[in-house]
Amino acid sequence: MRRKPDEGPALEEARLRQQAIGVKLRHLFDEVVNEPVPDEFLDILRRADDRRGDGA
Amino acid sequence: MSARGAAKPPSSDDERFKRELVVLIPHLRAFARTLTGDPTAADDLAQDAMMKAWDARASYQMGTNMKAWTFMILRNQFYSEKRRSWRQSQLDQEAAERTLVAVDDPEAPVALDELRQALKTLPEEQREALILVGAGGFAYEEAAAICNCAVGTVKSRVSRARKALQATLERGGYARDGQAAGDAMRAILGEADRLSGQRQG
Repeated sequence: MRRKPDEGPALEEARLRQQAIGVKLRHLFDEVVNEPVPDEFLDILRRADDRRGDGA
Repeated sequence: MSARGAAKPPSSDDERFKRELVVLIPHLRAFARTLTGDPTAADDLAQDAMMKAWDARASYQMGTNMKAWTFMILRNQFYSEKRRSWRQSQLDQEAAERTLVAVDDPEAPVALDELRQALKTLPEEQREALILVGAGGFAYEEAAAICNCAVGTVKSRVSRARKALQATLERGGYARDGQAAGDAMRAILGEADRLSGQRQG
């Protein structure tokens, strides 16, 4: 994926660096997304369901 | 006192809402982690946001962007809690630093940790804009709705965040022993090469 030569190597390099940071940023975020969800979350939702039933 | 047997059967809308909400939990946790920097505080925040979303389900328009809607709830929750407990902020910061330093990724021991550190040096509004657009997969328009600001504002925040992040990583503009300035960027570039090599090869 070569850029136009007149844009110069500095611009090319800057783009490369931003791209690399972007990859890492997504990696950082996805790392948490891919963690197993603690049971607490589903327990809380289940309790909310019961609460609704009681309140009806 | 209500009788157990009188419980209302769950409506199909509620069931569908709940299914979609459960799918979003990992994303809410990740966004909360980037806002608080502390896994425990982040999960508390994500749980609060999840419950707020559940309680407000009647006001959610099925078929619209539920991810953006829940992220907005989480973000509002974060800032309103922060205003209430600003005295805690110093303690929270210390906890966050301990946690962030302790987190270890065997695949990329330097690069990810450096990025975490560098992210912390960004102003809050730049960090959240960059995370939403650069990692959360939101369009500028969606990020603007989540942050309750103009699209142009999000664009400029993301752009400033990218520049600042790169500068920080190249300069090593944060305290870290045993690392020469510029190592962070080199580590990240090396890692990116490795990842793209895997993808192509």
